[in-house]
Amino acid sequence: MTATLQPTSAPRSLAWKNLSPLRRASILWLGGLLIFSIVRIIADADDITSSGTISSTLRVATPILLAGLAGLWAERAGIVNIGIEGMMIIGSWCGGYGAWKWGSWGGITLALVGGMLVGLLHALATVRFNVDHVVSGIAINTLAAGSTEYLSIIFFKGQKGGGESQSPPGKGGYGEFDMPFLAGGRIGNWKSPDILKWIEDKHDIPLIPDMAGFIRGLVSDVYLPTILAIAIIPLSVYVLWRTRWGLRLRSSGESPQAGESLGVAINRLRYQAMAISGALAAFGGAYLSCVFTSTYRQGQTGGQGFIGLATTIFGNWQPWGVFRGSLLFGFPTALKFRDERNVPALLLVAAVALVIVAAVMVLRRRSVIVTSCLAAAVCLVIAYNVVDKVPSEFVAATPYIVTVIVLAGARQQLRPPAHAGLPYRPGESH
Amino acid sequence: MKNPRLQRAMVTAASSVLAVFVALAISAIILLITGKDPVKAYSTLFGAAGESRVLQGMANRATPLMISAAAVAIGFKMNLFNIGVEGQMRVALLTTAVVGAAVDLPPVLHVAFCLVVAMTAGALWAGIAGWLKVKRNVNEVISTIMLNFIALSLVAWAFDDFFRVESPTESLLVKTKELPTSAWFPDLVDRRLNGMFIVAILLLILFWVVVWKTKFGFRLRASGGNSGAARATGVNPKKMILISMLLSGAIAGLVGMRALLGDVHAYQNNLAEQQGFNGIAVALLGRNHPLGIFFSALLFGFLGEASGKLQLEDIPKEITTIMSGIIVLAVVIINEAVKRWDNRRIQRKATAEIEAEVKS
Repeated sequence: MTATLQPTSAPRSLAWKNLSPLRRASILWLGGLLIFSIVRIIADADDITSSGTISSTLRVATPILLAGLAGLWAERAGIVNIGIEGMMIIGSWCGGYGAWKWGSWGGITLALVGGMLVGLLHALATVRFNVDHVVSGIAINTLAAGSTEYLSIIFFKGQKGGGESQSPPGKGGYGEFDMPFLAGGRIGNWKSPDILKWIEDKHDIPLIPDMAGFIRGLVSDVYLPTILAIAIIPLSVYVLWRTRWGLRLRSSGESPQAGESLGVAINRLRYQAMAISGALAAFGGAYLSCVFTSTYRQGQTGGQGFIGLATTIFGNWQPWGVFRGSLLFGFPTALKFRDERNVPALLLVAAVALVIVAAVMVLRRRSVIVTSCLAAAVCLVIAYNVVDKVPSEFVAATPYIVTVIVLAGARQQLRPPAHAGLPYRPGESH
Repeated sequence: MKNPRLQRAMVTAASSVLAVFVALAISAIILLITGKDPVKAYSTLFGAAGESRVLQGMANRATPLMISAAAVAIGFKMNLFNIGVEGQMRVALLTTAVVGAAVDLPPVLHVAFCLVVAMTAGALWAGIAGWLKVKRNVNEVISTIMLNFIALSLVAWAFDDFFRVESPTESLLVKTKELPTSAWFPDLVDRRLNGMFIVAILLLILFWVVVWKTKFGFRLRASGGNSGAARATGVNPKKMILISMLLSGAIAGLVGMRALLGDVHAYQNNLAEQQGFNGIAVALLGRNHPLGIFFSALLFGFLGEASGKLQLEDIPKEITTIMSGIIVLAVVIINEAVKRWDNRRIQRKATAEIEAEVKS
């Protein structure tokens, strides 16, 4: 989440542009961590960069990440997917059913198959029948909600531990993973020393314990499905930007007519992309019902599919951007889950970030943005001193508010696939 | 020679009816697969149509659906997809409940005042999406989805922290301060059918007049149908977008009024939930025409009302939710197919006419 604090504020000087992406990411990460570190010491909120918070952020963010990647894959192929929420619902139901019948991996497998089928349904409607993408997505959301409620009554009602709106508990877990030496993981029967924990506990020093906490959060208490989900990010980058198939798929999202004129089978690609998109969204749903908890509950997804859609936009239709977005959107929720008293510290973090944005904008002589950023920062600082508890409704609304602000304020920086959502029939538009 | 407009209207109506039958058929297959008897299900469901109780309930449930469908349809006429009816309705509900309870007015005036407050609140919330679209070029689908969730959180917070009143009798039900009786909307049939049904029908008639019989409506349809041509004739597309978004939001504000003024008389959580979303399906099935919206709202209202009967036969009533999802997909797919078929038909007819002329 560190880097996303200033997606628009990155100075556009030549020196900055010449840096490699890896260096830029590390500078943003360190800078962001520094802000958090300062706020941690001022606000005496040690938990905001603790390894526990980071690892729970990762768990909260994983379904959002998968939903965001589902949106990315669909839109890169030119199909707007409003039905992510519905696909997640199907995934969570399948996950609950599969985990109950065949164990945890069975749940995820069934969810992938179910999600793929729903994705193909969306593709059938939008590609074959040329239905408006948004309408089809809404229909899929309705269908998914209705059919899972219907199937729950048929399959789960009356079963031991199950009911009309929840599945019986699933069998088997996934095992948690701790990195040896860094986070005290075991090698055989020997428990290795927990070095990062030792550094993390030195709360009086700035920055160093925060870095340790951040890294330890990424390597302790990690579930295998989380690692799998994160591995999909570089895989998506590779497939979409480094393979011939990926290039064709993106051409379908940018300009299907151009692709078609070069002999690319646009419609087939769109079916394939939607199968992947559906499977990813359903994986996110199954993560909620098999990994995060061990039962399917009705309404479990609670709009996370739409947060995923927001993440696709926020991440600028780039896999790593989606990752940053999911961490940013997951962080407040994770912090709230652990201890609500730490949430107000985020107001200070946001205030500091806004001041930095304002400083950058001074260099670019954008006086309107500078004043509004500073005014917002002052408001946040006042709010921090006045409230002792941020209402949980605000935590819930943060992703949506941030997305609206980004859409309204940083449109020049956003680059959606040019043809996403537009009607297309092969052989028609020449 | 038949009237081509009438012919087209018949084709449109027929394709919507066909969509409903397709949805019934697919739902029957789902019932069969899951081991339920579709014949029994449908005879139970449609057997209920004879009972006056059910018919009153149907009209009552159709009331908010007609209004929310009208809100969606006015956007569609302008090529705007307002998914935000739910959020606009929710903002209007709490605002009206609070403002309406705070003032003291004579009976009829109080109701009118509440309706105006609701429309204003809904329009203002929709106006954010309109402003974002016009000034910042933000797609209204995305912004209204986001604004729905923001509205949900904002209203829940305002309700929880400021406006809730613990009632001494029903301790579990938390509501806002109850509206005075002067703000209650009277029932047509006591406790069964609220008078807002008449308001909804009047609204649909007004919708028809405004969209099809006024200069504004012509501009609206023109910019929705062909924005380039409309601009060439001097229509300001940005202004039209903003106006239609505000109108849509104002209508959306009325969606919850049957529940608020006619039933509960105070705001509570889950009041009128989903009624804004369900209007989208109704508008699609009704093809954005007032008459179509009227009949599809009645259909959806009937499904909702009669679905309770299914449970007596041990068939989950959720099959009707599945049905409405399939109806939406079926209606848009069939429309597209019919449109292609119609285009081919017109082409063939034109070709035949031209050939006949050439020969003579």
